[in-house]
Amino acid sequence: MDDPVIVAERLEKTYRVPVKKGGALKTLVSRGTQAVHAVDGISFTIAPGEMVGYVGPNGAGKSTTIKMLTGILVPSGGQVRVAGLDPTRQRRTLAARIGVVFGQRTQLWWDLPLIESLELLRYVYRVPEARFTENLTAFRDVLGLDEFLQTPVRQLSLGQRMRGDLAAALLHDPPILYLDEPTIGLDVVAKGRIREFLLEINRERGVTVLLTTHDMADIAHLCPRMMIIDHGHLLYDGSVEAIRDRFGTERTLVVDLETDEPSPLTGLPAEEIRADGLRRWLRFRRAEVTAAELIAAVSARYGIRDLTIEEPEIEDIVRRIYQEGIGTRNE
Amino acid sequence: MRLYYEVALRSYRRWIAYRAATISGIVTNCFFGCIRALIFIALYHARGEIAGYDLTDAVTFVALGQGMLMVLYLWGWWEVADTIKTGSVVTDLSRPYDYYAYWLARDMGRAVYHLLFRGVTSFVVIALIFGARLPASFGQWLLFALSVVLAAVTSFAFRFTVNLSAFWLLDVRGVGSAAAITATLFSGFEVPLVYFPGWLLLVSNILPFRGMMQTPADIFLGHLTGAGALAALALQVAWCAVLILGGRAMVVAATRKVVVQGG
Repeated sequence: MDDPVIVAERLEKTYRVPVKKGGALKTLVSRGTQAVHAVDGISFTIAPGEMVGYVGPNGAGKSTTIKMLTGILVPSGGQVRVAGLDPTRQRRTLAARIGVVFGQRTQLWWDLPLIESLELLRYVYRVPEARFTENLTAFRDVLGLDEFLQTPVRQLSLGQRMRGDLAAALLHDPPILYLDEPTIGLDVVAKGRIREFLLEINRERGVTVLLTTHDMADIAHLCPRMMIIDHGHLLYDGSVEAIRDRFGTERTLVVDLETDEPSPLTGLPAEEIRADGLRRWLRFRRAEVTAAELIAAVSARYGIRDLTIEEPEIEDIVRRIYQEGIGTRNE
Repeated sequence: MRLYYEVALRSYRRWIAYRAATISGIVTNCFFGCIRALIFIALYHARGEIAGYDLTDAVTFVALGQGMLMVLYLWGWWEVADTIKTGSVVTDLSRPYDYYAYWLARDMGRAVYHLLFRGVTSFVVIALIFGARLPASFGQWLLFALSVVLAAVTSFAFRFTVNLSAFWLLDVRGVGSAAAITATLFSGFEVPLVYFPGWLLLVSNILPFRGMMQTPADIFLGHLTGAGALAALALQVAWCAVLILGGRAMVVAATRKVVVQGG
């Protein structure tokens, strides 16, 4: 494996927030503070060319982590290195090597045609003209920018603006891209287009991508690896399949019977959770019985015409992790 | 340097995009210019000269003031404070350019727009209605132009400082209004500073604000010439330097605050 491009070791960020004590007048005079551990000792490494989903409920510490990775926040403890640089000390140098997109915010000039913002970036990052033209041409093509390149940004749809912001973040060839909720508020088609583009720049240009999102479909489409954070702790770091294996303890076997049987089906190592005529949904725990054993058990008693196995949705698994925690933190 | 030119150019284009705002702005400037000029005319019926200003001086002063009004933009400029409020300042601060120079360039692009489209037009309209005294020599025009540039920079440096206080204050508008009133009064925008009583004139002569309006106007009218004009320009330069250095120090302090404490 290549040397990691992002390294975080026991990274910490503690905010001191004022606590209100007593009435308004008292608050003016004396304000106590309370420590909030936004990020509480998380460690991970990301290799060049990886695409990592960074997931967690609101206020979990995602944005704080990303701010420390860009150098706009100094960690309270631990180490962080990005592209071989110390983000806080070499913030300006690092800025040229990363692209950042905030889904909720734009870095484009609101009142001007999109092309004006893009061309300005050539001077901001001192991109050689030939390289700039080459990149712009490529992005115009892949992101379909031509239809709105001359339109003032304020008149763009959210999806168009997002495509513009993505192009703006990548014109200076950064090897690392941070995306903070890049698909927020977009329709299905626009989401699909953004995802395709991200896959392409990851594949073609080898850009390392770290993205936060609340849309598990983003993760499923884009990220072989996901990290889950909550209350400043890293709860999970691994592949999307592994999280299914580890935490998706229940699966569902859907069978189409040959003849109608009284509901629920009995004598099986599974529970019938739904019935629709000949079609039955049987929930089983993977720790107790394998899918093969269950199918054998069902076919021993009933005639089966067709069957499928439903895996739990990542979304359901992640929701459960948010709600209940994992129990095995920081392993 | 190319970057800052490109920034200024975009800022200029950004303002030019709103044609209706330009036209209504000119109308407003001229309307209030007429009211102000008529007040001076009434005043000068009683006395032929006040503190070395005759009626033509006073009316020209009004035309210049209406022309300079939006170049200085003393009221209602919150662009920087707004980025602090929304948090987007965080990304601006980590861009690979000089944050101060970036905003200076943006504001200069805007000032050029306001000078060309609202300043010149308003001045010409009011001057045509009420008459005006113009500089007599090329040298005087040149000094005036220099003084206007310095006035625009002083105004920016002042407003930028006020905007940056948003890093420490929850709401900047209160301080902003106080700052705008002070600047308007002591720049000579309301009435020429020469009308002030002696002690107040003394104070206003050393403050940075006279460099925004009174100094360029006095050069334009020929009340400041030769060594006096050069000394006034030197004071403008000195105040620019002080305000810019102060502003830059604030940027450093603000960056440290944001970086350490979070947005």
